[in-house]
Amino acid sequence: MNKGDELQNSDNKDSAATKQNNKVVKKLILIVFGMFGFGFALVPLYDVFCDITGLNGKTSTTAAVYNVEKVDTQRVVTVQFISRTAQGIPWKFEPMVREIKVHPGEMKLVKFYAKNESTRDIIGQAVPSVSPGLAAAYFQKIECFCFTQQPLKANEEVEMALQFYVDPELSEDITTITLSYTLYDVTGKVES
Amino acid sequence: MTTDVIEQDSHDEHHGDHKMTGMKRWLYTTNHKDIGTLYLWFAFIMLLTGGALAMVIRAELFQPGLQIVDPDFFNQLTTVHGLIMVFGAIMPAFTGFANWMIPMMVGAPDMALPRMNNWSFWILPFAFAILLSSFFMESGAPNFGWTFYAPLSTTYSNGSTAFFVFAVHIMGISSIMGAINIVVTIMNMRAPGMTYMKMPLFVWTFFITAYLLIAVMPVLAGVVTMLLTDTYFGTSFFDAAGGGDPVLFQHIFWFFGHPEVYIMILPAFGIVSTIIPAFARKQLFGYSSMVYATASIAILSFIVWAHHMFTTGMPLFGELFFMYCTMLIAVPTGVKVFNWVATMWRGSMSFETPMLFSIAFVILFTIGGFSGLMLALTPVDFQYHDTYFVVAHFHYVLVTGSLFSIYAGAYFWLPKWTGHMYNESLAKWHFWCSLISVNLLFFPMHFLGLAGMPRRIPDYALQFADFNKWVSIGGFAFGLSQLIFLAVVIKCIRGGEKAPAKPWDGAEGLEWTVPSPAPYHTFSTPPKIED
Repeated sequence: MNKGDELQNSDNKDSAATKQNNKVVKKLILIVFGMFGFGFALVPLYDVFCDITGLNGKTSTTAAVYNVEKVDTQRVVTVQFISRTAQGIPWKFEPMVREIKVHPGEMKLVKFYAKNESTRDIIGQAVPSVSPGLAAAYFQKIECFCFTQQPLKANEEVEMALQFYVDPELSEDITTITLSYTLYDVTGKVES
Repeated sequence: MTTDVIEQDSHDEHHGDHKMTGMKRWLYTTNHKDIGTLYLWFAFIMLLTGGALAMVIRAELFQPGLQIVDPDFFNQLTTVHGLIMVFGAIMPAFTGFANWMIPMMVGAPDMALPRMNNWSFWILPFAFAILLSSFFMESGAPNFGWTFYAPLSTTYSNGSTAFFVFAVHIMGISSIMGAINIVVTIMNMRAPGMTYMKMPLFVWTFFITAYLLIAVMPVLAGVVTMLLTDTYFGTSFFDAAGGGDPVLFQHIFWFFGHPEVYIMILPAFGIVSTIIPAFARKQLFGYSSMVYATASIAILSFIVWAHHMFTTGMPLFGELFFMYCTMLIAVPTGVKVFNWVATMWRGSMSFETPMLFSIAFVILFTIGGFSGLMLALTPVDFQYHDTYFVVAHFHYVLVTGSLFSIYAGAYFWLPKWTGHMYNESLAKWHFWCSLISVNLLFFPMHFLGLAGMPRRIPDYALQFADFNKWVSIGGFAFGLSQLIFLAVVIKCIRGGEKAPAKPWDGAEGLEWTVPSPAPYHTFSTPPKIED
């Protein structure tokens, strides 16, 4: 074999190796982008998963229809109400009833009080969360102030209604449900 | 030889006569040994930087009350300490080992993608410059913990989130490029005859680790991107006001975070599995079971993430699932510990410094593993969560685990890297000082945690004062002991007893067939692997 052939051979070998490398690199980069996408896909996946299982205590964001055939008067479920305001919203916000006892299937109406204690107009949004999380799917809201945003002018006050029932299908293990509302200032987000 | 010259000319600008000098040699280098050296030095500088932050933390905690730093700065210290040690010290040190050793161990002339290799190192200093520069800004450095939970890092951020996010992006890109390089090198550049099951275990662990990196670093990049848009562009991934969920952040973060902790320990397994057989003068016990155990740990690491979140209010089924899966990891890990012990069993052992660090690794890593098993139990985790017990656990696995294995590996291969034997008695000083001080530093933290001392708080109740004093003394002693290592390395580079090609009589592997120091170019023609 003369020198020229050797050169030729090494070139071929080299480019074959480069090709082989590029093939693997391409596959690995595909995995990288796939996993980057997967990270974002976890967001809707998590929502769907929680929606089905009720894992994170999120309640439905739309109104339920009352269609209970029989109120279960044998059982009593305690429903507690908690409220808190997120940092930076100068509102007074609290439940007018802290705790009530209901029979599963029975419809109840409770009210929350809110007052804008600042001198500017603010739009608030209450976000509910139910604990234990597995009860979230059985806590049905027919009417809730959390379905819409609540604008309040400076020093304005309002009583906000929550009409709900507890689905009789609720597991017998659960005797207390805590409904927590956190109130956020969404003025900036609404305007933009 | 013509082929060699051509190959090297196309891959390597500074072969032979036209070797560059000074800064340019290091800036433009595509040589795997140079880049390995750069990674190792960078990691050591970061270790000292992160260590300095830890010293301030321990000084503040030396006695109850607020003495030296204010609580916000304390939070910045713990956050940046964690980030630097994870992304700046441990991970680059392992990448340094990979660069230096993998091509030599598989009989390849260099890494498969030498130019990308250069880039993946040289973007790292910029990442940490960005991160550390935030200390000197009005808002201060990140103060939301290395886990950067939303909303601490979004709604309540001190304004450092953007710097943090971009720094993490760059670190992530660097790690991904490094990992791609490792995978391609191992898949395509093994010497003829070296089948997968003939590769040294060291190479196997880095191969699996590289796959973990490729799989989860993009998820980290995704989650910090969401954080960035939540903080500055009004999205609501983790903001309940806009329909998001802060707990979702923890799920995505720990989906990255748990494989990440194995990224920091699997290479340690590889290093220790190389060193113990060499000084026990026996073959590694159960090679193939080691490979399968490593792979099992890697696969299981994807389905245990929520054990970091037992107290977030998961339903019982979820807690049980993640508890059992986590405990399952103890099985392959137990296989490994058993194999190391069985390798030493009836071996003719000698106790040079690499072996001492390896034996300390086996014992102390196992202690860290046991406290991990305790934390895996959901009911007791409710007590241990966010206490010093957790701090004790992860420092046992990361300091006496990963860091000790790095020291073991450094001593083991220093003769090959520098061509000189290191000073054995000084190295033994380093080992014994580190061993005693590290236990004084981390062992009492178990008791502090069980007694209820919370982590990440600059002040504590009076009853914790005695233990904290001893922990701080251990901390300062451990910090100072690491300077002995620096002295050993500098002495070893400058001179010392000339090292033979194979300074350890029980060592095996292709890297010992080349002279010491390893020539700039090795295995330009692939070696032949015999059966």
